[in-house]
Amino acid sequence: MDIQIALLLGQDGITNGAIYALLALALVLVFTVTRVIFIPQGEFVAFGALTLASIQAGRVPGTLWLLLGAGLVVAIIDLIQAVRRGTGRRIAGIIGWNILYPALVAALLSLLRPDELPQVAQVLLALAVIVPLGPMLYRLVYQPLAEASVLVLLIVSVAVHVTLVGLGLLFFGAEGSRTTPFSEARLDIGGIAVGGQTIWVVIASLALIVVLYQLFERTLYGKALRATAINRVGARLMGISTTLAGKLSFLLAAAIGAFSGILIAPITTIYYDTGFLIGLKGFVGAIIGGLASYPVAAAGAVLVGLLESFSSFHASAFKEVIVFTLIIPVLLWRSLTTRHVEEEE
Amino acid sequence: MIKKQMLAGFVGACAVMAAPFALADISVGVNVSATGPAASLGIPEKNTIALLPTTIAGQKINYIVLDDASDTTTAVKNVRKFVAEDKVDVIIGSTITPNSLAMIDVAADAETPMISMAAGAKIVDPANPKVKWIFKTPQNDVQMSTAIVEHMTNAGVKTVAFIGFADAYGEGWFNEFSKIAEARKLHVVANERYNRSDTSVTGQVLKVMAAKPDAVLVAGSGTPAALPQKVLKEKGYAGKFYQTHGVANKDFIRVCGKDCEGTFLPAGPVLVAAQLPDSNPIKKVALDYTTRYEKVQGAGSTSTFGAHAWDAGLLLQNAVPVALKKAKPGSKEFRAALRDALEGLKNVTVSHGIVNMSAQDHLGFDQRARVMVVIENGAWKLLK
Repeated sequence: MDIQIALLLGQDGITNGAIYALLALALVLVFTVTRVIFIPQGEFVAFGALTLASIQAGRVPGTLWLLLGAGLVVAIIDLIQAVRRGTGRRIAGIIGWNILYPALVAALLSLLRPDELPQVAQVLLALAVIVPLGPMLYRLVYQPLAEASVLVLLIVSVAVHVTLVGLGLLFFGAEGSRTTPFSEARLDIGGIAVGGQTIWVVIASLALIVVLYQLFERTLYGKALRATAINRVGARLMGISTTLAGKLSFLLAAAIGAFSGILIAPITTIYYDTGFLIGLKGFVGAIIGGLASYPVAAAGAVLVGLLESFSSFHASAFKEVIVFTLIIPVLLWRSLTTRHVEEEE
Repeated sequence: MIKKQMLAGFVGACAVMAAPFALADISVGVNVSATGPAASLGIPEKNTIALLPTTIAGQKINYIVLDDASDTTTAVKNVRKFVAEDKVDVIIGSTITPNSLAMIDVAADAETPMISMAAGAKIVDPANPKVKWIFKTPQNDVQMSTAIVEHMTNAGVKTVAFIGFADAYGEGWFNEFSKIAEARKLHVVANERYNRSDTSVTGQVLKVMAAKPDAVLVAGSGTPAALPQKVLKEKGYAGKFYQTHGVANKDFIRVCGKDCEGTFLPAGPVLVAAQLPDSNPIKKVALDYTTRYEKVQGAGSTSTFGAHAWDAGLLLQNAVPVALKKAKPGSKEFRAALRDALEGLKNVTVSHGIVNMSAQDHLGFDQRARVMVVIENGAWKLLK
């Protein structure tokens, strides 16, 4: 292996690692705020990428129906609850977000001929379809179980994952898709050619991490999320709605997932079930960070990307084995070095 | 009131009486992998089953279609249900080799003939006594490998790199291909694996390129097979590309785009049915299938996988009339007669070739069952 190959492998590893890092951050965020191990995180990657691919191919993305359907169900449940509790002033908001907003997206998609729009608009439309699914999913599945044990939430996550993969097959079919790259440019850095899309992935991931950091440090909502993550009961006593925090964290997770999917769709072929494995590698990163530390999770995810890239060169048949075996020493090290805290029931 | 009750009782009795008559129909248990990793193969097969005739020789045929989700355990469970509950006369399935291999024991123990739609040569390996009950419609990998090696040696290829799926498909192809290549003095200089769901194959591609092969063979199925080829092109590899018949569907060309121009692959003749010479008897049968399929599923939707299901149907249409002369459907005797009839099929033209079954050969294909195809201007083109 000469230096050129090492550089190319490193570049590939960092590109993949950047995506894994984003997903690891989303997983840590969701876990700390809601205690949900969010296995369906990867599905948002696939949904984001395939929705954009459908839009570019001039088809109505199947996820639009999911948005309309989920919105309707959420609206019905929330309306019943609002009427029972006599909080009538919420009705306008419920209808606005869960029925009118999906209808607006549907109208935009059917009236605008999205395949002829500039690419930025297509990306925004795809995000507009996928991102609201996050909070809706939280409202339908996790909010009624907010006080359940981590194990119950994990089992529910598995069920949601299987359901979403099934829906993905229904919406997008078994074969994969690619999208048009953001940039066809090629740069020559230190003697190796770097594709424009690769640079996009790395820069966009870094930018997103900075935005997330600012969000947590500077905004009231971000602080509310952090407070909920540190102490649910305490945050509640301070008047922070844990439901709102849950919905917000799922909104961010869905946005990060869908955006990651849109970033990598031009580099690789995305299938309805691709998301799971990508999410799982992000999860390995998150585990390295103990599902608690953002910087360690991100660094761990980049490590996973690099390990994957170099092992695919040296022993391609055992690549996944090598990547997932990484979890064992990490867990050993963590369980030996950290004090075990009994899960509160 | 009493009259009404009597009427209800009469209707009930009729329903009970009708049940044994219903058993006289021929039941076909179909097990496909319509979801899971093999869905791109299983879905066209499932669509094709819906096109199969509902009567053969005046006898009504009931198709019971189950999905095994590309999972071996589910496949076995489905077949157990077929033989124990539905008492089927014949089983069609499954889509992939591991599932088909697992189904052999159940089908053979229940003395029910089974027609597999998976490629692995092991499924009908005559060394296994249970294979007496098992038939299959897709060409063996070894037939396809021979075609590739022949084309490579004729084109002056001396060294070849192999990159395939890290599963039974890639492994099977490497074993068959490297054996034949070795015998023909073709040097395999790299052997790399990747996963269907991988998002990057840069490592494997760099290793392949470092070996400087004259040609690269990608052994994958469906659109995932496009990834290594696209990355190789991107990194500037200029040699020849070969793919396997696993990619023979429209989605592969859609995803691979201009990077797949000039790629060679072996395939069943049904893929290029319209380009076959009129003298070829397969042309008529294959065209009949593609028109029927595209009438329902849309133009250009035919894949060679669906045609394997159609061929299983054609085998039954030829064997059932023979078996009906010997026994009544729903009985053990009928299943045995159907097995004998399937084994006795001679010169049956199906969409993938011409079948001549024998006790030693439960596939029955010869060289006419494969053609070499090149991708040109985003379409399959038959190589003369």
